[in-house]
Amino acid sequence: MHELGIMTGVVESVGAAARNAGADKVLKVSLSVGVMTEAIEDALQFAFEALCEQDPLFEGAQLDITMVHPKSRCTECGLVFDHDRYHVICPECGGFAELLQGKELRIDSIEVDIPDEEEETERKSS
Amino acid sequence: MKIDLHQPILDKNDRIASENRDLFKEKRVFVLDLLASPGSGKTSTILATIEALRDEFNIAVIEGDIASNVDAERISAQGIAAVQINTGGACHLESDMIRRAVNALDLDNLDLIIVENVGNLVCPTDFDLGEGAKVMILSVPEGDDKPLKYPGVFQVAEAIILNKVDTMSVFNFNEQAFRDAVTQLNPQAPIFPIAATKGEGVEAWAEWLRAKIRAMQEA
Repeated sequence: MHELGIMTGVVESVGAAARNAGADKVLKVSLSVGVMTEAIEDALQFAFEALCEQDPLFEGAQLDITMVHPKSRCTECGLVFDHDRYHVICPECGGFAELLQGKELRIDSIEVDIPDEEEETERKSS
Repeated sequence: MKIDLHQPILDKNDRIASENRDLFKEKRVFVLDLLASPGSGKTSTILATIEALRDEFNIAVIEGDIASNVDAERISAQGIAAVQINTGGACHLESDMIRRAVNALDLDNLDLIIVENVGNLVCPTDFDLGEGAKVMILSVPEGDDKPLKYPGVFQVAEAIILNKVDTMSVFNFNEQAFRDAVTQLNPQAPIFPIAATKGEGVEAWAEWLRAKIRAMQEA
């Protein structure tokens, strides 16, 4: 249930970045979320939709979530291996492994509409 | 137009957590973030830990709860400084709440701060508070299958306290199955079986914590 708090942070950061760029509309927000975090994809989507309704800047915005599957490197034999949430021990030698990916909670990019930029493009193409 | 951000979602929380960590290091205070379910015996474990360490160290407690101050009152009754944080519905503590809470404590005269996080095995795992270590408590009545249901908290914990071990036979708790599941998730974490209200097993856990506090003081 902390997805709403996480998404509030996303909407705040994205809103600030979009306004900074002079945008009047956020079209898409792309996130990477590690499988080994406690954030659930559906709950993030739900929270995003609820928050978008409260801010005209986000009207109709899409949320694109890339779930990042865990990968670790064995600290003893150096093997890099994919695994699930439950098995983090090296499958070859049984050694301790350090996580390389799978705990991401990251805003990768956003797509926005910038009114001036569009007019500029239209003028150039006409 | 596409804008690349590559920005951590919990940027603000992580930044304040890092400031907290610097402050705790400067003041040589070890901060323990204790995670567990409601009813697992967090407050009883804290009281037993205080009992074991109070002659050597100055201890304070930060209590995180959605509402009420009953836990802080139990701690204060033992003559230990306690700050209550009411999250007002939020399911976890965040680093800025800790920053505000420690303002009420005399950090210059403390060795250990125990943070009792909100009773929840899910949400607190994603939030760095600036602590020295996260430790979790599982109590026997919750069942030996909990590592399989809540892997995140077992992975983020540096040590795992298994509380209420005196009830193991009543609840058919399979300690070996529990240990095997934990080993798959977090092979480095020691497991401390205790019965907090009876004081059983507390010394081994206190010894682990003592070493952490001393390491902080000698750093």
